[in-house]
Amino acid sequence: MNPFLRRVVAVVWLSCFTLSAFAVDVEDTLADPGQRVRYEAITRELRCLVCQNQTIADSDADLAKDLRREVRDMIQAGQSDLQIRHFMTERYGDFVLYNPPLNPRTWLLWAAPVLLLLGGLLIAVRVLRRRSRDLVGAPPDADDSLAETSTDSQP
Amino acid sequence: MERKLLNRFLWPAVATLVLFGVFFFTLHRISSGDLIVSDIPSPLIGKVAPPMDLPALTGPTERVRTTDFKGRPWMLNVWGTWCPACRDEHAALLQLAQVSGIPIVGLNWKDDAGEARRYLDGLGNPYFAVGSDPVGRTAIDWGVYGAPETFLIGPDGHILAKYIGPMTMEVWEKRLKPKLAVGTLQ
Repeated sequence: MNPFLRRVVAVVWLSCFTLSAFAVDVEDTLADPGQRVRYEAITRELRCLVCQNQTIADSDADLAKDLRREVRDMIQAGQSDLQIRHFMTERYGDFVLYNPPLNPRTWLLWAAPVLLLLGGLLIAVRVLRRRSRDLVGAPPDADDSLAETSTDSQP
Repeated sequence: MERKLLNRFLWPAVATLVLFGVFFFTLHRISSGDLIVSDIPSPLIGKVAPPMDLPALTGPTERVRTTDFKGRPWMLNVWGTWCPACRDEHAALLQLAQVSGIPIVGLNWKDDAGEARRYLDGLGNPYFAVGSDPVGRTAIDWGVYGAPETFLIGPDGHILAKYIGPMTMEVWEKRLKPKLAVGTLQ
C-alpha cells in the first residue's frame, strides 16, 4: 500500500471510533423526537448531587445515570416536566435544580441583583448631589448658597 | 464634619468587620465539623418515611418494608461493599446496634448480593434486616446521593434526622439520639 492510501485508511478507521464517543447512554435514547428534546432539556437543568458542579446530563457518576434513567422512564410514562421536577425536589430539595424557584428561602438570592443595583444607584445619586451642591456652594455668593441649603439640605 | 467621617470611614469599617466575622465564624464551623459544606439538607426530614419494599438480603422476613416498623423507632443505614467509608463505620454500627436498642435496617445500595453477604459474614452483621436495592430505585425515593447515609425514623413513621457520612458513637449521641427524645414526646 502506498503511504498516502495508508494514511487515508488510518483516518477512516480511526473516525469509526470517534462516532462511538457520542453514544453516551445508548439505553437512554427515546424514540420520539419531542420526548428526546424534553429529556435533554430536563437533564440539563438538574444538578448531579455527587459532583455538584455538573448537570446530570454531563455527569458520568452512577447516581447521575440512575437519575437520567428515572427522567427517561417518567417521560415515557407520560409525566409532565413539572411533575418530573417536583419528583426530584421532593427527594433532593431545591438544590437539585440549577434554576431555583422563588420561595421564602431563595427570595434574597433572586432579589440580590436588583437590591445591589438599587444600592449602587442610591450611592451614585447621593455622591452626585453632594458634588453638585459643593460646586454650587463654591462661588462666594451668599444668597445663592443660602437658597441652596434651604431647598436641598432639608430631607 | 462628624457625619462625613462616619459615612466615609466608620460604616465601611463596620461592614468589613461584620463580613470578616461571618467568614471566620463559618470557617470555624467548618473546621470544627459542625458544618459540612458538601451536605445537602434533606427535604424529607419531618416528613413520612418513603415506602420501601425490597427483597431481604438478611433478616427475619423475606421482604423488608417501611411499614414493618410502625410504632417503633428504627434507623435506615445506606451502604455498599464498594464504599470505603461504609467499611470505616462498620465497627461503630456493630456497637450502635448493641447500645441504642433500636433496630438498624440496612439498605444495600447498588451492590452484588453475594458480595454483600460475604462482607457481613466477614465483618459481622449489625443489621436487624437488610434490603437489597441493586438498581438504586428505592435509594432515589429516600433522596440518597452518597453512602453511607443514616436516617432515624420515629415511632410515628416520620423521619427525625439524617446523617451523611460515617456513623460514630459521637454522632449518635449528639445528633441522632436527642431527636429521638423529641420524636417520642410528640
